[in-house]
Amino acid sequence: MSILINKNTKVICQGFTGSQGTMHSEQAISYGTQLVGGITPGKGGQVHLDLPVFDTVGEAVDATGADASVIYVPAQFAKDGIFEAAAAGIKLIVCITEGVPTLDMLSVKASLDSRGIRLIGPNCPGVITPGECKIGIMPGDIHLPGKVGIVSRSGTLTYEAVKQTTDLGFGQSTCVGIGGDPIPGSNFIDILALFEKDPLTEAIVMVGEIGGTAEEEAAEYIKKYVTKPVVAYIAGVTAPPGKRMGHAGAIIAGGKGTAEDKFAFLKDAGVQTVKSLAKIGYALQEATGW
Amino acid sequence: MNLHEYQAKKLFNEYGLPVSKGIAVDTADEAVAAAKELGGVRWVIKAQVHAGGRGKAGGVRLVNSADEIRQFAETYIGTNLVTAQTDERGQPVSKIYVEEFTDIARELYLGAVIDRSSRRLIFMASTEGGVEIEKVAEETPEKILQAVIDPAIGPMPYQGRELGFRLGLSGKQINQFGSIFMSLSRLFEERDLALLEINPLVITSAGDIHCLDAKVSVDSNALYRQKFLSEMRDVSQEDKRESEASKFGLNYVALEGNIGCMVNGAGLAMGTMDLVKLHGGSPANFLDVGGGATKQAVSEAFKIILSDSDVSAILINIFGGIVQCNIIADGIIGAVKDVGVNVPVVVRFEGNNAELGVATLADSDVDIIAAMSLTDAVEQVVRVAEG
Repeated sequence: MSILINKNTKVICQGFTGSQGTMHSEQAISYGTQLVGGITPGKGGQVHLDLPVFDTVGEAVDATGADASVIYVPAQFAKDGIFEAAAAGIKLIVCITEGVPTLDMLSVKASLDSRGIRLIGPNCPGVITPGECKIGIMPGDIHLPGKVGIVSRSGTLTYEAVKQTTDLGFGQSTCVGIGGDPIPGSNFIDILALFEKDPLTEAIVMVGEIGGTAEEEAAEYIKKYVTKPVVAYIAGVTAPPGKRMGHAGAIIAGGKGTAEDKFAFLKDAGVQTVKSLAKIGYALQEATGW
Repeated sequence: MNLHEYQAKKLFNEYGLPVSKGIAVDTADEAVAAAKELGGVRWVIKAQVHAGGRGKAGGVRLVNSADEIRQFAETYIGTNLVTAQTDERGQPVSKIYVEEFTDIARELYLGAVIDRSSRRLIFMASTEGGVEIEKVAEETPEKILQAVIDPAIGPMPYQGRELGFRLGLSGKQINQFGSIFMSLSRLFEERDLALLEINPLVITSAGDIHCLDAKVSVDSNALYRQKFLSEMRDVSQEDKRESEASKFGLNYVALEGNIGCMVNGAGLAMGTMDLVKLHGGSPANFLDVGGGATKQAVSEAFKIILSDSDVSAILINIFGGIVQCNIIADGIIGAVKDVGVNVPVVVRFEGNNAELGVATLADSDVDIIAAMSLTDAVEQVVRVAEG
C-alpha cells in the first residue's frame, strides 16, 4: 500500500514534448512509472519516447485510460492545463510548474475541491511511491520502498529527509511534495489524513517552512486525528521578516508565519520537532524507537 | 512587486476610485509648478518610497506656500528616507508627489489580501484608520471587520453595504463605500494584486469617502500578463544585490552574518542558514542557485556573495537531484578561478555523483574544503569563518 499512486497508476504528461517534459518523462519511464502517453497540442499522432502523443487530455484519457496527469507546461498555461485534465476526468493532477499566479490558484482550488479532484503542487517536486511509481522531478535513486510517509513544502529539503530515511534503512511509503506556493492544491492536512489511513505508513515526516499557517493548522489536526509518530522540521528560523525566501509562499508577513511559532505549535501537538535538517533521520528514530 | 503611492493612485483613478488630484515630480521646480497647476492654497507633499511609516519619518507634509514646497523637495529628493519600516540606510527618494489638500473628518482603514488559510480574497475594514493595522489586529481584533469573497460568486454589493453599516457610515456614504468596495475587488482581480491597502480611507469634512493613501503590491508571478504594471517597477527601491541576482535566475537575500551560503533549492537554502546558526555561526545571506546550478550561475553567485565585505567564508551545499555533483564541482573550480575567491570555501555534495564531485575538488589546484557530511560542512565553515 501507499498513498495517491502505486504500480498500477497510469500517468500521462502534459507538456510531454517540451524539454522539461521530455527529460523527466524519460526518468519516470526508466524508474518504472506506467507512463502511457503525453499531450502537446498540435503534435497529436506523433510518437515521443516510444509513447503516443495526443492533442488533448480528453483524447489521451480515452485512448489510454490514464488516471493521473503530470503537468510541465509554462506558468501562464498551468491553470488551463489543470482545468483540461480535470475536465477529462483525471482524479490526480500533479503540477510541477513554478510561478503560477496566485489568483489562478484561487479559482483552480475552489473548483477542484467542489469536484473531488486532487491537485498536488504547483511549484513542487511531485509524488513518488518508491519502487512503484515516480511522478515528478525528484531523483529516484535516493528512495527506498519502506514505511515512512514524507510530506514537504520544499524539493531539495525533501531529498534530504528521503536520503536520511533511506540511509537508516526505513525507506518511504510515499513522498509528497506539496509545493512552495501560497495556495497549494493539497496542504499538509490533506496528506497527513492519507498517511494516517495508509497501513504501510508507520511514521510521518513533515517538512515545513516559514510563511502562512499551514503547519500550525497541521499541528491542530495531528493533535486530534493522527495516531502515528510525526517528526517535523521547519526551515527559516534565520529568515528575516518581510522577505520572500525563494518560494512564493515563504514569507513572514505581519509577524505571522515564523519558524518559532510553527515549532511551538507542533511541539504542543506532541510532534517530535527537529532543529537540524541533518538530524531528521535521528529524530525519527527517537520518535519511533526503531 | 510594490508600487509607489502615485502609481497606485493612477491605477485607482482608472477604476473610478475617489483620489485627490496629484502630480508626481522629480525636482523642486517641478514641485512648485505642480502646486500651481493643482491650484488652491494648501497641499500635501509626500516622498515616494516603498515603505510605510513615511508620515512619522517626516516624509509627508502639509504645506501652505511655494517656499515650503521648494524646501521640502530640496530636502528630500536625492536623499534616503529612513522610516520605522526601512533598514538604517532607508529608501532613496527620487520622486515626490504633490497633492491637493483634503479636509479630514474621520479616518478609516480598508485593505484586501489573499488569505492563505481560507484560500479566499478577504477585505478588511476598520474604524481605526491612520494607525498601524497590525497593531489594531493584535490589540483589538474585534475592530477588524471582514468580507470574504467567494471565488465562485465574486464580490457582491451587499458585502460592501454590510461593511459600510458596520463601520458606522450612513446616508450617501453607504453607496460611496459600496462602490469603492466593488471597484477595489475588480481592481484586485483584474490586476493580479497581492495586497491592497488604503490607510487611511477618510471621510472628508463634506461627508464624502475618499482614498487618502494607496498601497498596492502586485503578484510577481502574474507580471507577464500585467505589462502596464510591470513597467512601473522601480528598481531603485530594491536591494541592489537582490535585483542583480534575479537577473541571473538566482534568489538572494542579504543577512547580517559573515558566512556566505550557496545552495540549490529555496528550502534547503533556508535550512542551511538555520544549520549555520545552530552551530554557532552567522549566515551572511540566503542564496538559491536553482536546480541547474550551471558554471555561470555559480560564478554570478560567488560575485554576489563576495560583494558583501563581511563575508569571511563560503559554504556551498548542493543536493544533486537531477544535476551531477561532479559537473557542479567543475563549475565551482572554474568560478573560483574566474572570480578570484579569496576566502575559504567549504563544499558539501550529496546525491548524484557526490563522491566523484568531492574527488574532482580534491584533485583540483584550487583551495576548497570538501566536507564529508552536512554537519561536518557546517562545523568546518563556522570554524574557518572565525579565522
